[in-house]
Amino acid sequence: MAKSAFLKSSIAKKYWMALTGLFLCLFLVGHLAGNLQLLATLWHTTPDDAALHFNQYALFMTTNPAVKILSYVTYISILFHAIDGIILTLQNKKARPINYAMNKPERNTIWASRNMAVLGTVILVFIVSHMVSFWAKMHFDENMPLQTITINAGGAPQEFYVTTDGGYIPKAQVDQGAYKIHDRTSFYDGQANVKIKEGYKDLYKITIEFFKQPTYGLPFTILYVLSMIVLGFHLFHGFGSAFQSLGANNPKYNGLIKNIGKGFSIIVPALFAIIPLYIHFLLK
Amino acid sequence: MASNKNINIHLKIWRQKNAKTKGSIETYKLDNVSTDSSFLEMLDQLNEQLINTQKEPIAFDHDCREGICGACSLYINGQAHGPASQVTTCQLHMRSFKDGDTIYVEPWRSKAFPVIKDLIVDRSSFDRIQQAGGFVSVNTSGNTIDANATPVPKHDADRAFEAAACIGCGACVASCKNGSAMLFVGAKVSQYALLPQGKVEATQRVLNMVRQMDEEGFGNCTNTGACEVECPKGISLENIARMNREYLFASIK
Amino acid sequence: MKLDSKIPEGNISDKWTDYKDHLKLVAPNNRPKLDIIVVGTGLAGASAAASFAEMGYNVKAFCFQDSPRRAHSIAAQGGINAAKNYQNDGDSIYRLFYDTIKGGDYRAREANVHRLAEVSGNIIDQCVAQGVPFARDYGGMLDNRSFGGTQVQRTFYAAGQTGQQLLLGAYSSLSRQIGQGRIQMYNRHEMLDIVKVNGKARGIIARNLVTGELERHSGHAVIIASGGYGNVYFLSTNAMGSNVTAGWKIHKKGAYFANPCFVQIHPTCIPVHGENQSKLTLMSESLRNSGRIWVPKKKEDAEAIRAGKLKATDINEEDRDYFLERRYPAFGNLVPRDVASRAAKERCDAGFGIEANATNEGVYLDFSSEIISKGKQTAYAAGNHNPSDDEVIKLGKAWIEEKYGNLFQMYQQITDENPYEVPMKIYPAVHYTMGGVWVDYNLQSTIPGCFVAGEANFSDHGANRLGASALMQGLADGYFVLPYTVSDYLAGEIATGKIPTDSAEFTEAENAVRSQLEGFLNNKGTKSVDFFHKKLGHIMWNKVGMGRNAQGLTEAIAEIAALKEEFFRDVYVPGTTDELNTELEKAVRVADFIDLGQLMARDALQRNESCGGHFREEYQDAEGETLRDDENFAFVGAWEYQGNDINAEVLHKEELKYEYIKIAARNYK
Repeated sequence: MAKSAFLKSSIAKKYWMALTGLFLCLFLVGHLAGNLQLLATLWHTTPDDAALHFNQYALFMTTNPAVKILSYVTYISILFHAIDGIILTLQNKKARPINYAMNKPERNTIWASRNMAVLGTVILVFIVSHMVSFWAKMHFDENMPLQTITINAGGAPQEFYVTTDGGYIPKAQVDQGAYKIHDRTSFYDGQANVKIKEGYKDLYKITIEFFKQPTYGLPFTILYVLSMIVLGFHLFHGFGSAFQSLGANNPKYNGLIKNIGKGFSIIVPALFAIIPLYIHFLLK
Repeated sequence: MASNKNINIHLKIWRQKNAKTKGSIETYKLDNVSTDSSFLEMLDQLNEQLINTQKEPIAFDHDCREGICGACSLYINGQAHGPASQVTTCQLHMRSFKDGDTIYVEPWRSKAFPVIKDLIVDRSSFDRIQQAGGFVSVNTSGNTIDANATPVPKHDADRAFEAAACIGCGACVASCKNGSAMLFVGAKVSQYALLPQGKVEATQRVLNMVRQMDEEGFGNCTNTGACEVECPKGISLENIARMNREYLFASIK
Repeated sequence: MKLDSKIPEGNISDKWTDYKDHLKLVAPNNRPKLDIIVVGTGLAGASAAASFAEMGYNVKAFCFQDSPRRAHSIAAQGGINAAKNYQNDGDSIYRLFYDTIKGGDYRAREANVHRLAEVSGNIIDQCVAQGVPFARDYGGMLDNRSFGGTQVQRTFYAAGQTGQQLLLGAYSSLSRQIGQGRIQMYNRHEMLDIVKVNGKARGIIARNLVTGELERHSGHAVIIASGGYGNVYFLSTNAMGSNVTAGWKIHKKGAYFANPCFVQIHPTCIPVHGENQSKLTLMSESLRNSGRIWVPKKKEDAEAIRAGKLKATDINEEDRDYFLERRYPAFGNLVPRDVASRAAKERCDAGFGIEANATNEGVYLDFSSEIISKGKQTAYAAGNHNPSDDEVIKLGKAWIEEKYGNLFQMYQQITDENPYEVPMKIYPAVHYTMGGVWVDYNLQSTIPGCFVAGEANFSDHGANRLGASALMQGLADGYFVLPYTVSDYLAGEIATGKIPTDSAEFTEAENAVRSQLEGFLNNKGTKSVDFFHKKLGHIMWNKVGMGRNAQGLTEAIAEIAALKEEFFRDVYVPGTTDELNTELEKAVRVADFIDLGQLMARDALQRNESCGGHFREEYQDAEGETLRDDENFAFVGAWEYQGNDINAEVLHKEELKYEYIKIAARNYK
């Protein structure tokens, strides 16, 4: 058959929605696993260790080639999922030019399934703002801080930059010009202008400050939690729906898929939501 | 029949002179409706009342009045074929309503089902989908092999029958928020996909039927499941999934 | 004109084969030059149209419904007969032939019925090849069940929706041809007249029911497959739109109408419940495989039930009268329809009816014995040799649900009673019309070039049709008879060329239709079409119904003639002709029903005997069974139209000869 039809047909659109959606579900799991490192203070003795733990993870995620490829797939998936969703919604609106004067859709469908476009739009806005807040800072912000750690050196607490080889560079020496920082993260010898070590971008600090800032910390926390609730509803319908779209419907397994979907749509957003709540309310 | 009594109702019914004119909702009052009457008998009664006052009766599609021809439609109080489950409008009885109720009666709403008059819509798009591939290409000579020469597992025969029980009424399209016809098409594709006789041309069938469905202007399926709930014959969503599989395999063949 | 049935000579079992071998053919390159019009898209019409198109003819098909898939064949429930003998219970073509002739009370043609039995097996092969999902057993083979009037299991079925599945099969063949451009399909079109040129059928006038436009369509042959006329009774199991108009219009143009009084009253329908009722609903005859029909033995019990003081389940086993099993021990609940219907009427007339409606007309159809017996069997088969009563009932209900689920659901929807728990209430209702347009062995009417198929013709069922035989006949006519006989006729039309529609004959026919339609709209009447239809129905049911007598029939003839006069004087039809106008459609149909009703009464009056569905109270034996008069009435009564006065119609008789079956009194005891 013609390739174009495979891309354009109503069923093909379903496949793309389903495939990108399921991939994004996988992404969510990965992203969640990473974000949960923000709770590292729960199992690390000092806040600095916790921060390091998280920042090491963040560095891995931004530099590992495999992860990089996955991240591009993710961006494309989000775009495709959104664009396909918009096309579907517009076409579907056209399929019913006149609406019913009296309609009771709640008699035959769940709320989430009827509002995927709205839920999706909210999630898209969230993703954009979320990326502006963190992803863009991590990638492009010239003033992105590097992680430091305070060690009691000779009785007096002293601040050090942590480097990726497990070493430390005293912050004072950098401030005095013995080391220079190029490309935001690289420590160069002050005289020889040779790269010596690599620091960690302190995403942990950025995150904690984001949710703890005096004026906006609470509203941001609330918005994040609300967004996760929206995500939950989106997943509540989307997860099982993806399987149906791909033709996986067998009475033997439908119960299982449905239950996994329910579990996924509650547990994953809930775990995401715990993080800002923990940071804002519990983290000292 | 023990529950028979008479009720008085208000009706809000879509009136539209023909495909070209605009329509609107008109209000009617109808007294002494027996709760044993079917919904269409209630409309007969209203029409009789209209004719007796020299007004134009309401046009609606109906024929067998026993739930099998698929002619009757009607979006009643916000639901295809009304509030009862797994029935057509002709099988809906007035005992589902209470004295004093206001009942909305509207035609199916879909770009692919344009209104012809009042509550009558044009569902020939379904016929065209069927014409695109809803058949087994066998001539009617009767010189085929003996009916029992190819055993069909009972399970498959039963599933095929359940899919084939579709009456083509269009309730799936009418209740789908997207105006999608996937349940109708899925049921037809499934019936043949499940039978050895239909497998031979399964690839072309699903591609052609889906192409025609898209051309008719039906919306896309978003798996809300409204169609399955409102289908008077209880056609399962499994049939849409089966069509999705068939289409996938057909596309990559 | 003398009726020539054109039954070929020769031995009955070779007749059709020999005859087919000598019919004229049309070469494939000539077929596209020939146009065939098919009116009606039920089993007969759809199968015929598909077959013609496959052969290469140009086909135009018409149906008044919004889609050919909605023709009323779709409502047939129980099954389709075929002499396959898959169950190894002694079935054969001869037995199907014999059962059908006997079931028809010896008023059908031997040659036609034998042909029907011969092709019955091909129908099943054909349908399976088309993807019709018949019921199967666990070995993957086709399942069968029993129907009335037979002692073998030869009925193929698809739950209680066999007609639907078969029609959708035929519709799929039709759709395939439409998709390939070989059939032009006209949905929402109603044939309002036939056009004859030089005595031959040359086309039709059809009304586009959406725009109201009158259209002329020409063809070298016209096939009428428009179904039966049960709606003459207003209340029947037919669809609301089922009508006799196509058949009646050709009758008025010269086609004889045969045996109009042969009407089948089906024993198992849901009783009438109120005056606004629009139709009656059939409960498939297949239910009589599993259900037992009874009324109370004591009149006081029946009265108490009607008064709501007792329930069916309160009546003890010994106080129940299983009257079919009592009167007909050999066939029991599976006697033919006419016999079962009359037996139910007899009990209700005697005061044992259990339905609390105006006429107390209703008997029980009880599944409790079957639930227990099938429950035990199912439990045993599952290895449970000692099931509890509850288990038995649960399994039995599940068995019933699988076989008849949709019927039980339908019953509950209508009556609000659960038939798994309480017996169904049933009563006979008008269901099928054996009579119809007279046709010869070729299915050609007395108008050359006009063929009639399916229920619309009079042919194969005599005075009573056996269950599951209508579907068989419709498909046999369409798939396996018409393609041969119509080709034979068309072989003489190769040189005719395209038939123009601007001839005087077409103009005249169109003008006549237009003036009839405008007549209705200009009438300054006061009453709705339904008012007259219901009135006609009352006369027909009371005087030309299950029990008929000379006095009632004479009254009916006069009453209908008066009704006709009143109808044309006082009917009110709103709207205009050039729009979708359902009242106008009904008016045209009811006008024809009124004429037909009068003819039915006349036919019933002339037939001084009882046979099959035609029961003249004057002609019965001591036990109330039908008394045929083979000496004087072994003929097909075919009526010739003589103008507006139906009383002027002339009766022609086609003698029925029985060479292969010994004519005898029907005995189901």
